[in-house]
Amino acid sequence: MAKLDLSKAKYAKLKKFIDENQGETCGLMPVLHQAQEIFGCIPIEVQKFISEELNVSVAEIYGVVTFYSRFSTEPVGEYVIGVCLGTACYVKGAQKIIDDIGSKLNIKPEQTTKDGKFTLTATRCIGACGLAPVITINDDVYGRLTPDQIPEILSKYTDELEGE
Amino acid sequence: MQFYRAHVLICGGTGCVSSKSHELKAEMEKELKALGIDNEVQIVMTGCFGLCEAGPIVIVYPEGTFYSQVKIKDAKRIVTEHLYKGRIVKDLLYYESIQQDKIKAVNEVDFYAKQKRIALANCGVIDPENIDEYIALDGYQALIKVLTQMKPEDVIEEIKLSELRGRGGAGFPTGLKWDIASQYKDDMKYVCCNADEGDPGAFMDRSILEGTPHSVLEAMAIAGYATGAKKGYIYVRAEYPIAVKRLQIAIKQAKEYGLLGEDIFDTNFSFDIEIRLGAGAFVCGEETALIESIEGKRGMPRTKPPFPAEKGIWGKPTLLNNVETFANIPLIILKGGEWFSKIGIEGSKGTKVFALGGKIKNTGLVEVPMGMTLREVIYDIGGGCPNGKEFKAVQTGGPSGGCLTKEHLDTPIGYDNLVKLGSMMGSGGMIIMDEDTCMVDIARYFLDFTCEESCGKCTPCREGTKRLKELLDRFCTGKGTFEDLDRLESLAYYIQDNSLCNLGQSAPNPVISTLTHFRDEYLAHVVDRRCPTGVCKALLQYTITDKCIGCGSCAKVCPQECIEPVGKVINEKTNRRAYVIDHTKCIKCGACIEACPPKVSAIITQ
Amino acid sequence: MKKSIADLAKIRQETLRKIQLRDKEDTNCRIVVGMGTCGISAGARPCLSAIVDEVHKRGLSNIQIVQTGCVGMCRLEPMFDVYVGNEKVTYVNMTPEKSRQVVVEHIVNKRVIQEYTIGEVEK
Repeated sequence: MAKLDLSKAKYAKLKKFIDENQGETCGLMPVLHQAQEIFGCIPIEVQKFISEELNVSVAEIYGVVTFYSRFSTEPVGEYVIGVCLGTACYVKGAQKIIDDIGSKLNIKPEQTTKDGKFTLTATRCIGACGLAPVITINDDVYGRLTPDQIPEILSKYTDELEGE
Repeated sequence: MQFYRAHVLICGGTGCVSSKSHELKAEMEKELKALGIDNEVQIVMTGCFGLCEAGPIVIVYPEGTFYSQVKIKDAKRIVTEHLYKGRIVKDLLYYESIQQDKIKAVNEVDFYAKQKRIALANCGVIDPENIDEYIALDGYQALIKVLTQMKPEDVIEEIKLSELRGRGGAGFPTGLKWDIASQYKDDMKYVCCNADEGDPGAFMDRSILEGTPHSVLEAMAIAGYATGAKKGYIYVRAEYPIAVKRLQIAIKQAKEYGLLGEDIFDTNFSFDIEIRLGAGAFVCGEETALIESIEGKRGMPRTKPPFPAEKGIWGKPTLLNNVETFANIPLIILKGGEWFSKIGIEGSKGTKVFALGGKIKNTGLVEVPMGMTLREVIYDIGGGCPNGKEFKAVQTGGPSGGCLTKEHLDTPIGYDNLVKLGSMMGSGGMIIMDEDTCMVDIARYFLDFTCEESCGKCTPCREGTKRLKELLDRFCTGKGTFEDLDRLESLAYYIQDNSLCNLGQSAPNPVISTLTHFRDEYLAHVVDRRCPTGVCKALLQYTITDKCIGCGSCAKVCPQECIEPVGKVINEKTNRRAYVIDHTKCIKCGACIEACPPKVSAIITQ
Repeated sequence: MKKSIADLAKIRQETLRKIQLRDKEDTNCRIVVGMGTCGISAGARPCLSAIVDEVHKRGLSNIQIVQTGCVGMCRLEPMFDVYVGNEKVTYVNMTPEKSRQVVVEHIVNKRVIQEYTIGEVEK
């Protein structure tokens, strides 16, 4: 499982964001986006914190967090592999790509490897249909993929980690 | 101000950025500097050129030379050969722009020559992060015209005259929508831009935001003036980081110039825009769900009426339009509604942007006049299916649309025509499928999508889509029966009639349209337990033919150990026998096919 | 800085001149400079820079300045063609100074400088 860091500094950062945007009818969403970015996920502890700050019930916050796929309640791996399963990618064989990555990493979609390195997830269309099929690994995008390129791409990330 | 003799336009759309166009720009700048011509040649990152297939794309003006798939190592050659010595680097040209040694400029290439660009007019021409370039091409002139010469009702009249219809899917007349929104009086009113482009395979809204964000800002301000709103929201998907960034820059620049904010052009009109990020929920493209989401709630649709025009964001009157709809507004104001209404066909005026994807040669974005036939779009512009495969169907309208077949290719594209054929315009995704695509599998794919994206508020959609998907799963795994086929059909119509919002009402469309046009494929799955295209793995059967030489390579690799030499005798002397697969144990992994010596190729799937 | 409508018009005009180059259909004049190896070694590059500079200084718009390869008369380099409409005039043995004169006379004042043209020089 990936590590979860709930340090005070991070809470302070979130508090700062909330304070700066107070007064506006800014709603819950921007705060949750911020929290997801700071903590990497929005666990119940953070939800309680936001509840106190915004005076919104935890139940409501939990409802919103679990509704949207961008928010997660559990930490994700260091590298998030998103396989686009938009129509264009699907027609061009994205299912095989996600199956292959899954079997290579020994996880199913929406799971994280035991060492916390990779999380595999199926994403919705990222709009790079011209390059289908497409995967993203954190901020890197790989397009026009064929299954035989997968080991090489993954090794870039595993080697990088071992080198550290 | 520096004058440049040549301009190098590099595509900065998501597709080309993924193919490293930023690095390419840096490399070219370095090379220009090395030759000391960096003050003669300007490099500009533009929005999407539309032909994503050929990315990264580089266009050099004044010649209009069209380079495609430019690698970083090619930067040096373009700079030294073309920009320094004036020799076009022929082997980097887009394949179609060079014919019999004659080099065509970018606007003469078939892909572009047939297009008509209104919403995308500035896309790929200007630097989207530079407001001055937008202003140079008549940017914000429409806003000036509206604020200084027109009354709000004149503006609405002009939009009505243009017969523009919403480009997000449903095709509601825009002028009428503005008119209704303008009639509700309240202390606060809103204009909202729906940029939650969730249809898989549609990316025109993203490209507009990335390529010409100011067009949308200008149009929203005009809409604010026409309907009496002071505040605008753009609800954009968080999956589009480049679009979000460009919007932020554009809003900042417009505020600096006083084109947004208080008292614009000293006319007492004030308008401000804020960005709201989506969080990965398809249903938020539905207008009332979007409003819920902006308010910080679960994005579940509300019952209508009241429509957003009456009670929208925070319960206040709200005008909601799609990105592409807004992008048409400035030109309609400048050139007049009548000009716009002359383009297109009855009931569908102007142009529409389509995202071509799937099994088609030129994947990318095209903007064509309404009324062009599907054939022209798919073959003349899109180049047809690659690798000589046969065209089978085109899916329009995303998960809410349907599949059209060969017989429909000569249909002029328009809102009503597509609905008549059981599909819809939708936001403009066009996914092309060839002979290798299984239509049952595609229907299952879309149901998988809607099933997961159903918000869960109403039962027909929440439970119905799940049952539909389960039925389709049965077909794909060879368990489907004739009763299932009947159930599938009746359930599909039930969901269509009884769901709360458009997501549910249109979710069965992919099933209904494939059932109508490709019933024989469903029947093949039921009667013959066979998938004609070989996509549904569970229906494949691996068989060893007479070509078997009895080498046993396949048996060695079989993880199930279900291949044994029990076939007919091949060699009388040694009593060697052909191998046979036990279909009850076979898991269809395909290992045997790979193990069979290529010269023999005795194993086939059918 | 908040801009007025007049400010906007000014920005529009200035920027348009800069980016007009990207409109293929709107050109009234083309200057094609020979930039083969021969041209470059004979000094075509400073001529090109001079043309660019002069065109800019005079605020001329809709002018394409492009390069081409060797046309086979290397002894007359640096040379360039000026196209106005369908008319083509070839200037040879150019220098940066002469190049500027051509821009001013030929393009601004619409007078061909006969003595620099290939017809005169080759007599």
